[in-house]
Amino acid sequence: MLASFVAFAITSAARLLTGARALWLGCTAQPVQRLYYANHSSHGDFVLLWASLPDELRRTTRPVAGADYWQKGGLRSFLINQVFNGVLVDRDRSSPEHNPLQPMLDALGQGDSLIIFPEGTRNLGDDPLLPFKSGLYHLAKANPQVEVIPVWIANLNRVMPKGRALPLPLLCTLSFGAPLERLADEDKAAFLERARNALLALAPEEA
Amino acid sequence: MDRNTLLLFAGIGAVLLLASLVGFILKRRAGDTPNSVIDNLNARINAWWVMVLVIGTAFLFGNTGVIVLFYGVSFYALREFMTLTPTRRSDYPALVAAFYFALPVQYLLIGIDWYGMFSIFIPVYLFLLLPILASLGGDTTRFLERASKVQWGLMIAVYCISAVPALLTLDIPGYEGRNLLLIAWLVIVVQLSDVLQYVCGKLAGKHKIAPLLSPSKTVEGFVGGVALATLVGALLCWITPFSFWQAAALALLVNLLGFAGGLVMSAIKRDRGVKDWGHMIEGHGGMLDRLDSVCFAAPIFFHVVRYWWA
Repeated sequence: MLASFVAFAITSAARLLTGARALWLGCTAQPVQRLYYANHSSHGDFVLLWASLPDELRRTTRPVAGADYWQKGGLRSFLINQVFNGVLVDRDRSSPEHNPLQPMLDALGQGDSLIIFPEGTRNLGDDPLLPFKSGLYHLAKANPQVEVIPVWIANLNRVMPKGRALPLPLLCTLSFGAPLERLADEDKAAFLERARNALLALAPEEA
Repeated sequence: MDRNTLLLFAGIGAVLLLASLVGFILKRRAGDTPNSVIDNLNARINAWWVMVLVIGTAFLFGNTGVIVLFYGVSFYALREFMTLTPTRRSDYPALVAAFYFALPVQYLLIGIDWYGMFSIFIPVYLFLLLPILASLGGDTTRFLERASKVQWGLMIAVYCISAVPALLTLDIPGYEGRNLLLIAWLVIVVQLSDVLQYVCGKLAGKHKIAPLLSPSKTVEGFVGGVALATLVGALLCWITPFSFWQAAALALLVNLLGFAGGLVMSAIKRDRGVKDWGHMIEGHGGMLDRLDSVCFAAPIFFHVVRYWWA
């Protein structure tokens, strides 16, 4: 009850502040199992992406987040576990025998959709996109039935720059691209390169 | 609201009713064949209903209502401007100052009727403050360009638009307590000019005025629209402190400025490679698409009226 109220408050605030507009360019907002992958420049990224999905899709779409940041207890734990129903990953690989992708594979196995940021960390530089980590490849390969959808989040890095507390009320758009084609026998590097280019192709031209 | 205001809104309601009727008949005649011009026309008419309702509600709350309304208008316009003209990371303090300091303070100064300050606050104080804040980040990349963007955005979206509610601060002898009608007159004349230029252009437009800037603007639309809106402005002189001919001259002035505003703002859009400033008003694009003409007309109108009438 409290969790769904908080979720409503957060999604409304995110939309009000940024006028978040979803552009479904290459696919439509349908309840299909999907792996949304997006550029990552702000802590607000997954909140905005999650908020821009229709209710029906949002219920089964779970953001993937770093356990080191979110599992610190208190408010953060409540938000990520109860409100966002997030999937936490161990970025530090504290136990070497444990597969860090396992929680995501489990979630996909249950039929949930995921929101992941293949850059692995927030991009704070001038490059539009950092190199991708390999997780996206392994998840996609193990789940050929899941649509892999690139989503470019524009402008949010200006709304919430790193280390600033007060958000700026600028307009953000989220461009949802076409599902990545599945090619047999494609190696990891080629797949990641193709995924990266598909995401970059959705970015608006910079000034 | 006094009798004149009610009469005015009743008149606007009648015009919109007529427009809706025409739109309905056109749609019926077109039948099942989709027609983008008619659909856009109907979207625009519906949006006009909403806009007139919003303005009417603000008028019900008197001066405060109008100041709050235009604060909101400026906010949306500034957000569209800043979104379309990207800035860099170290512009953050300047942008915070624009949204959270300059914007509320400008409207507060108008609310407390401090003319000496609200007329120079943004052009002088913010003109100096913003680049100071931007330089603190130490980023010199395209510095001049970035400083101009924030300043220009504030001038257009906040300073120019705030000239509309600033009309409330004018003390015009013999016109006490009726300044809201002056705002209504300005908005009606400028917006009607846009509408009539569009209509005349669609009906008789042949020669393009500035094909590179705005392909839909034609000589026929410009002349017809400005002439008709000037006539309406003169006929509405009964709600203003002006005589018939004064009202005609002022209407011509704001119509010409409004036309120029449309051209300048569309040059910025072309430069940024977009068609509209935003998407908030169905059929109209964004807030700035609807207000580009008001931005240019309002400050000059304010100062002319203040100089000769107040």
